Amino acid sequence: MIELRNINKTFGDRHVVKDVSFKFQEGKTNLIIGESGCGKTTIMKLMVGLHEVDSGDVIFDGANFPKLDRKEKQEIRKKIGMLFQGGALFDSQTLEENVSFPLDMFTELSKAEKQDRVNFCLQRVKLEGKNKLYPAELSGGMKKRAALARAMANNPRYLFCDEPNSGLDPKTSIIIDELISDITQEYNITTIVITHDMNSVIEIGQNIMFVHKGENWWTGDKTEILGTKNKELFDFVFASEFMKSFFKKD
Amino acid sequence: MNPFFHIGRYFMLMFRVFSRPQKVSIYWRQIIHEINSIGISSLPIIAIISIFMGGIITIQAAFGFTSPLVPLYAVGFTTRESIMLEFSPTVVCLILAGKVGSNIASEIGAMRITEQIDALDIMGINSAGYLIFPKIAASIIIFPFLIALSMFLGIWGGYAMGVSSGATTEYQYVFGIQAFFEPWKLYYSFTKVLVFAFIITSVSSYYGYYTTGGALEVGKSSTSAVVYSSILILLFSLILTNLFFQR
Ligand SMILES: Nc1ncnc2c1ncn2[C@@H]1O[C@H](COP(=O)(O)OP(=O)(O)OP(=O)(O)O)[C@@H](O)[C@H]1O
Ligand SMILES: [Mg+2]
Repeated sequence: MIELRNINKTFGDRHVVKDVSFKFQEGKTNLIIGESGCGKTTIMKLMVGLHEVDSGDVIFDGANFPKLDRKEKQEIRKKIGMLFQGGALFDSQTLEENVSFPLDMFTELSKAEKQDRVNFCLQRVKLEGKNKLYPAELSGGMKKRAALARAMANNPRYLFCDEPNSGLDPKTSIIIDELISDITQEYNITTIVITHDMNSVIEIGQNIMFVHKGENWWTGDKTEILGTKNKELFDFVFASEFMKSFFKKD
Repeated sequence: MNPFFHIGRYFMLMFRVFSRPQKVSIYWRQIIHEINSIGISSLPIIAIISIFMGGIITIQAAFGFTSPLVPLYAVGFTTRESIMLEFSPTVVCLILAGKVGSNIASEIGAMRITEQIDALDIMGINSAGYLIFPKIAASIIIFPFLIALSMFLGIWGGYAMGVSSGATTEYQYVFGIQAFFEPWKLYYSFTKVLVFAFIITSVSSYYGYYTTGGALEVGKSSTSAVVYSSILILLFSLILTNLFFQR
């Protein structure tokens, strides 16, 4: 479990994250949703220490992350898998090398064991056989999937995904959502997914935080979200005609 | 920005670069890779420049020494001293600062802006050590060989071009390049090379590592890397010359 307690962040004079508190639960897919620019990525980066919090606590299973020293942070980070919004694959390495990178660094697996693990991960994101390609040779959606394969390679305890299915077609999108949800339950890990795709929300949203202008505006699960009376959330959820005609029952 | 800010941050970065490696085998692999990309790829430019500079120095020296009081072997002697003391260790390193320095700064800078460095940090890897240490180590290993080769080719270029253009004769030149040879001057030259190798790779890595923004800033980092490593090379050349040439 990861708990946020009153975290704040300002960039210059812009207060981007305002007093956000939330509990991300184990074995569930926790979602952060909200409009573009509302602060979702910033919250995720604050959690893993890529930005420093101005104030507040980020508690990873009892350890207050921002207060730890560099070595202690590294120990926790070895248990983190993260999918960046832009993929962040290593350009100089093939797909296979990218995925096996955390294994090379932190495990003593044999070459064959690593190869098995790499193939397994690539197959789960539907990239089997693409082992030898370089990131520059992949499409946008393939990069996303490859990045997910890398994030899950070393069996993380905490899985962070920043828009795992933006840029994917609906079918692949669902495969990725299901994969994330499956590994979360299978290994009982804490998974945090940022998305603005309502499809994913309905599909996998077990514990949702809706962020509006940097604040934790609403929390609940996928059934509660459809019956919301909260104006900003309502506008977000029912922005499309499809959602209106399909779910609204007034 | 405040120079003390950069100096402080540079030393803090170096502290992280030289902290204990997490996995030695991976560092080795990286060092071999960097020796290839920093060293081997610089061979052609070093060879071309050294041969031509050697030739030019020789011809100019021969042209300048018209007084009968100057012995004929002075041409070879001058070429050797210029190449060995200053051209190969300093000028060639300045050229490498341009080639290797901009390369390192833009490589690391691009990794920074595409969040590849963040991805390393998130995995619990010491990104500074993983990315920068192999570059510094590789350049410290390979630069002395590059510069030794440059010295050899420079002196050979002087011979080839000097003799073929009639500026000097084979006997005078060969006598000249052997005259009054003092081995300590080689220590001086190679001390400079090691210091410059460190300056080029560490300063360029520094500018790349702290790139913020986009492609435009990667370009700026790469320019700063070349400018500041060149200035530091000249500064340290002066300092080391003062230290070695005391009588
Ligand atoms: N490093 C930074 N420096 C300054 N401002 C930043 C920085 N990172 C983000 N911001 C600002 O913080 C706000 C929130 O950005 P963030 O990336 O968290 O949005 P987001 O919710 O992830 O949006 P999207 O869905 O489009 O990815 C934006 O207004 C952005 O301009
Ligand atoms: Mg974002």
